[in-house]
Amino acid sequence: MTTGTLNPRLTEIVDDFTSLPGKERLQLLLEFSDDLPALPERYACHRDLLEQVPECQSPLFLAVEVDEGDTVHLFFDAPPEAPTTRGFAGILQAGLDGLGADEVLATPAEFTGQLGLGDLVSPLRLRGMAAMLSRIKRQIRNQRS
Amino acid sequence: MALPYDSAAKFQEYAHPEVLVSTEWLAEHLDDPGLVVAESDEDVLLYETGHIPGAVKLDWHTELNDPDTRDYVDGRGFARLMSDKGISRDTTLVLYGDRNNWWAAYALWVTTLFGHPDVRLLDGGRAKWIAEDRPLSKDAPERPQTDYPVIDRDDAQIRAFRSQVEDHLGQPMIDVRSPGEYSGELLHMPDYPQEGAVRGGHIPGAKNVPWARAAAEDATFRDHKELESIYAGEAGLRHGDDIVVYCRIGERSSHTWFVLQHLLGFPHVRNYDGSWTEWGNSVRVPIKRGETP
Repeated sequence: MTTGTLNPRLTEIVDDFTSLPGKERLQLLLEFSDDLPALPERYACHRDLLEQVPECQSPLFLAVEVDEGDTVHLFFDAPPEAPTTRGFAGILQAGLDGLGADEVLATPAEFTGQLGLGDLVSPLRLRGMAAMLSRIKRQIRNQRS
Repeated sequence: MALPYDSAAKFQEYAHPEVLVSTEWLAEHLDDPGLVVAESDEDVLLYETGHIPGAVKLDWHTELNDPDTRDYVDGRGFARLMSDKGISRDTTLVLYGDRNNWWAAYALWVTTLFGHPDVRLLDGGRAKWIAEDRPLSKDAPERPQTDYPVIDRDDAQIRAFRSQVEDHLGQPMIDVRSPGEYSGELLHMPDYPQEGAVRGGHIPGAKNVPWARAAAEDATFRDHKELESIYAGEAGLRHGDDIVVYCRIGERSSHTWFVLQHLLGFPHVRNYDGSWTEWGNSVRVPIKRGETP
């Protein structure tokens, strides 16, 4: 389990953020928040199957599935009144969902610091996003073992 | 020119009814010249999802702090900020936000350091406005730039520094953090990550009254009688007391400062914004662990 390079989708997301001036980065984060898919019914009706990420400042729950083809599927739940947390979940969803388990595991933990959001949202919140990533990786490893 | 005060009966019980407006009052006065509404949230993206029409955003994280000193903006910085938001010295400024007006109260406290003459909180904040199905807008307001004067920040009246708190030991002090943070069992807020205090506990002698006790279910302030029974009854504060409030970085305690100073009318209340992140890490200052002061 070594951390490798950023996958092409996340690289593109990082480029999108860093090519924008500060205020527009927040708008982009809001788009990720708006685009976060709703939970499928099998989780919406069984929230006990979700893992809470207490490092986030607002309630965030996630579920990770690794299918027979070793493909990772991610599911997130965060309330609309917590758009920043939703935005972070949306970035991970867009950047990691549907990738192979090894690719997700290779995602460098530091990537959350490369989005150019540190000065715009508090560093505490970025740590919440890093915590989401580490919990996703842990669930993948647990499911594979 | 200042706008009329909200004459709602609930507010008249408070010591300074003029510092609050109701959602009804705001809806009625939203288009009045002389009013600027500003939203200050814990979640820095919430404003962008929709805000009270015409409201400007005031970002606690990026706009109220000096980027290089662990301090607030100075008089020049504040004048620039207010001018950019289209706020004049004679503007009636109404602040509101998420989480029981937690950050709005903080913004109000910072504004008070500069003596802005007329600044009020929207009782119930963002939550109540939305619960009542009142309109929201995503449009960025266009307010003409103003020329807000440079006013020196006055830290003497409502702000306390560490050395002053050391001198204050033994006098009334309220720790507004959660019981777990107060006892030392937790080094940070429940559900919030660690923000770097080495030791857990509280300032010796401080009583624990978690800040959100001052808010009702609908995010409005509890009425005068309820507040009095919490702060005068349970916490034993007496009129004329010299009071210091603190939390972790001084934001939650701004909310309690507002309640004590404006709603209950204690004349000498200071917010120690260094709070536990400073005290809990300081060399040779005493702390106390456990549930008792």
